[in-house]
Amino acid sequence: MTDRKLRVSKIENGTVIDHITGGQALNVLAILGIDGTEGETVSVVMNVPSDQLGHKDIVKVEGRELSEEELDVLSLIAPAASINIVRDFDVVEKKHVNHPDRVVGVLQCPNHNCITTEDEPVESAFTVLDDGVRCEYCDTIIREDLPAHILAN
Amino acid sequence: MRQDHIISAKQLSRSDIEEVLDRAADIAADPGAFADRHDDALLGLLFFEPSTRTKMSFTAAMKRLGGEVVDMGTVESSSVKKGESLADTVRVVEGYADALVLRHPSEGSAKMASDYVDVPLINAGDGAGQHPTQTLLDLYTIRENAGFDDLKIGIMGDLKYGRTVHSLAHALTEFDARQHFVSPESLELPRSVRYDLHEAGADVREHTSLEPVLSELDVLYVTRIQAERFPDESEYREVAGEYQIDAGTLADAKDDLTVMHPLPRVDEIDHEIDATEHAKYFQQAHNGVPVRMAILDMVLEGER
Repeated sequence: MTDRKLRVSKIENGTVIDHITGGQALNVLAILGIDGTEGETVSVVMNVPSDQLGHKDIVKVEGRELSEEELDVLSLIAPAASINIVRDFDVVEKKHVNHPDRVVGVLQCPNHNCITTEDEPVESAFTVLDDGVRCEYCDTIIREDLPAHILAN
Repeated sequence: MRQDHIISAKQLSRSDIEEVLDRAADIAADPGAFADRHDDALLGLLFFEPSTRTKMSFTAAMKRLGGEVVDMGTVESSSVKKGESLADTVRVVEGYADALVLRHPSEGSAKMASDYVDVPLINAGDGAGQHPTQTLLDLYTIRENAGFDDLKIGIMGDLKYGRTVHSLAHALTEFDARQHFVSPESLELPRSVRYDLHEAGADVREHTSLEPVLSELDVLYVTRIQAERFPDESEYREVAGEYQIDAGTLADAKDDLTVMHPLPRVDEIDHEIDATEHAKYFQQAHNGVPVRMAILDMVLEGER
């Protein structure tokens, strides 16, 4: 137990994403395109009590420092997320997610008649609105249940 | 107007629109002056869906500017049938023509295609998305008959899937217009168009019946409600019947009400209205030629 707890609570190098909306950790990994196949150590803690959020998830990715652009996409499903970049067991940088202007290649347009859902060389692109996202090709607006529209990696 | 591609009515400002309408008016007044204007130009037609009016009026417009058209033909007879992507098709055809006209059943197809070509690409309808050249000829017809000052327009029928409605609604936000939308609840404006109208601060009202607003209208724009939008034939007949107009319906309308329709109509407008002063839908269809001549003239001018 002690060993497992230690491994989850400390990483040597990489990124810790804390204050993820409870239950969204796997969607966070999906958005970031992290599925474990590249061999990196990934720790996921879900639904731990949080003063700020009630329940929160935590994700730790060893050996990878996630870029600002990658992390901003998280704001769509985990607006309160905080990010620690860890080097040699020390937190060297703390960040919060920002609302990006657009997200490319992350979400699947729910409109089956949209050109981005067809076999064409085009990536999905959504403009981020105050209360949702909007397909830049067919104008479809998604306001509810964004995680359901994350593209399968 | 300096536009490489014409994809959506949303990209057109009031001055862009007025520039096209003014040029179309010049052309209509003296078509002969434009007869040799583009006698070295070729227009590529890519229609992935059937079309009569749009395709014929683009062809007529190009020929009346002195140019020629090269036509992909039907999907069944083209390499699309062999599984070629739209992105590949337009990249090939841009080598054959000075500008392209695209109609395609998928929303966003014109925007995607325009990313792959250097010649101007004109959207002639992308699924339930946009149809900006129809809007320009609609606006030309509105200007001819009712003008844009304090315009009260009713737009009735299939507002959800009607691409001519979406483009027109966007363009009218550039003018001093009150838009009344009349439709069954199941065919109301899509969320994205409502969003844009709201953002533009447009004067918009929605209704399920024409009767309360008819007497206020300067223009009534009727669109076809298609049977395939309904789960069964009887429901379609019941709903569609409420959005058909005849001479009796128009008894309460202003004497100078302009009735428009992008055509084809089925039975939304009774034939008895054709002979009245209200009926402008054939004039509207004819306006497709000078307006598309103006559009082609402007995009080809930019190519020189």
